[in-house]
Amino acid sequence: MQGFNIAEYFGIKPNVLDMTNVGGSSFEIHAAHAKRDIAAGKAKVALLTYGSTAHSNARAIGAGGRDGGMHPADNMDRFSGMTLIANYAMVAQRHMHEFGTTSEQLAEISVATRFHAMRNPEAVKAMEDLDFINIRETTIEDVVDSRMIADPLHLLECCMISDGGGAVVIASPEVARDCKKPPVWILGSGEATKYPENGGDICTSAAVQSAPTAFKEAGISPSEIDIAMIYDSFSITVLTLLEDLGFCKKGEGGAWVEGGRLRFDRPNDGPALNTDGGGLSSNHPGMRGIFLLIEAARQLRGESTSQVENAKLAVAHGNGGMLGSRHVAGTIILGRD
Amino acid sequence: MSDKPVARPLPKFDEADTAEFWAGTKEKEFRYQQCDNCQKIIFYPRRTCTGCTNSQLIWKVSNGLGKIYTFSIVRLSYHPFFKQQLPYVVAWIDIDEGPRILSNVVGCDAEDVKIGTEVKLEWEIHENLNIPLFEPI
Repeated sequence: MQGFNIAEYFGIKPNVLDMTNVGGSSFEIHAAHAKRDIAAGKAKVALLTYGSTAHSNARAIGAGGRDGGMHPADNMDRFSGMTLIANYAMVAQRHMHEFGTTSEQLAEISVATRFHAMRNPEAVKAMEDLDFINIRETTIEDVVDSRMIADPLHLLECCMISDGGGAVVIASPEVARDCKKPPVWILGSGEATKYPENGGDICTSAAVQSAPTAFKEAGISPSEIDIAMIYDSFSITVLTLLEDLGFCKKGEGGAWVEGGRLRFDRPNDGPALNTDGGGLSSNHPGMRGIFLLIEAARQLRGESTSQVENAKLAVAHGNGGMLGSRHVAGTIILGRD
Repeated sequence: MSDKPVARPLPKFDEADTAEFWAGTKEKEFRYQQCDNCQKIIFYPRRTCTGCTNSQLIWKVSNGLGKIYTFSIVRLSYHPFFKQQLPYVVAWIDIDEGPRILSNVVGCDAEDVKIGTEVKLEWEIHENLNIPLFEPI
């Protein structure tokens, strides 16, 4: 019920409409466009909304049929039976082949996000509602011992399918200064797309184009980031994006995440990852990008259930579409006063 | 509920850019395009070159040999056809002449599939077209 339906529901008559739909990264793109439109004087306040009943509707997102549409690419792909999970798994397989990345290293991402989820009552409730068994902090062994869904990705490396919804208000500085909550500023944004190319590199995502644009606009470097809200559809999504966002070099992500580095209580080792519990362990209604913005804002306001002390800078990076083929990246850099 | 066998989802013939490719499969030819101006290999088939602005693309026929660029063994699918095939291998295949195609690796144990494995075309026969699958050499 996005766009005009929301306007009608609330009786709003907006001056700018943006129903850009690029999957999970849509909301980072909306935020970037809202900032642009507000800066251009086209609008003063933007409302970003999202709601989905993917779980209640039993939508088979990760392992369902992908018959596709009438795009020529769809007409070449549909006979293969590639599931969405297998698409990402093929990135992981190649990453392991090229760089020696291991399942244990990828599991670090699942373990860190579950660690954060267990501190978030809403995430625990979500896992209970979805009948997760044995809800607790996980170990690397738990992840690599869980069943294989699409080699080399195990069950606990795949996000859940939940219901969910969220909203973000983006306002001009004049409006934001007058609000009850302390403002969180959009310091930079970047957008990019990537698609399969003959001879192309599947281990590198569109983030290598969107992130430098966003960081340059913000005037900061990745090493200054306290909070990394990175779309965790799968473990490999985060590993690839940590590299592409510039936290470490291409191929070094596996070693970089080792030893619990991504936990919120390790602030000297780099950013905390997905402190709400992420798509892996808190919610994933199909297009998770809005929650990346929401938890980043909570961290910068000191409201997270896994609060990083004195968090000043956050990145929210959405990946929409499929990492191993065609996708859209949206990078948003956020800061506080 | 009937137990009628479900078939593999097949491409559509009325998709303009890829129709020539699928027509070729009926002849067991793996057709791809090359730009007449900048010599770039174009695949999937399109109307214009992605390397320059030329729209003179020449159709060529591959020898059907290639290597596995990456793959996954699918162990969970809810698709009515593919769930009957589990586990099966999906892979990006780098064809020797340049095209990269998404397909299945067949004719071997899924557990034996490796990146870099040399493969050759293996046509799956259908009524109006054939499906290009790949088998380790």
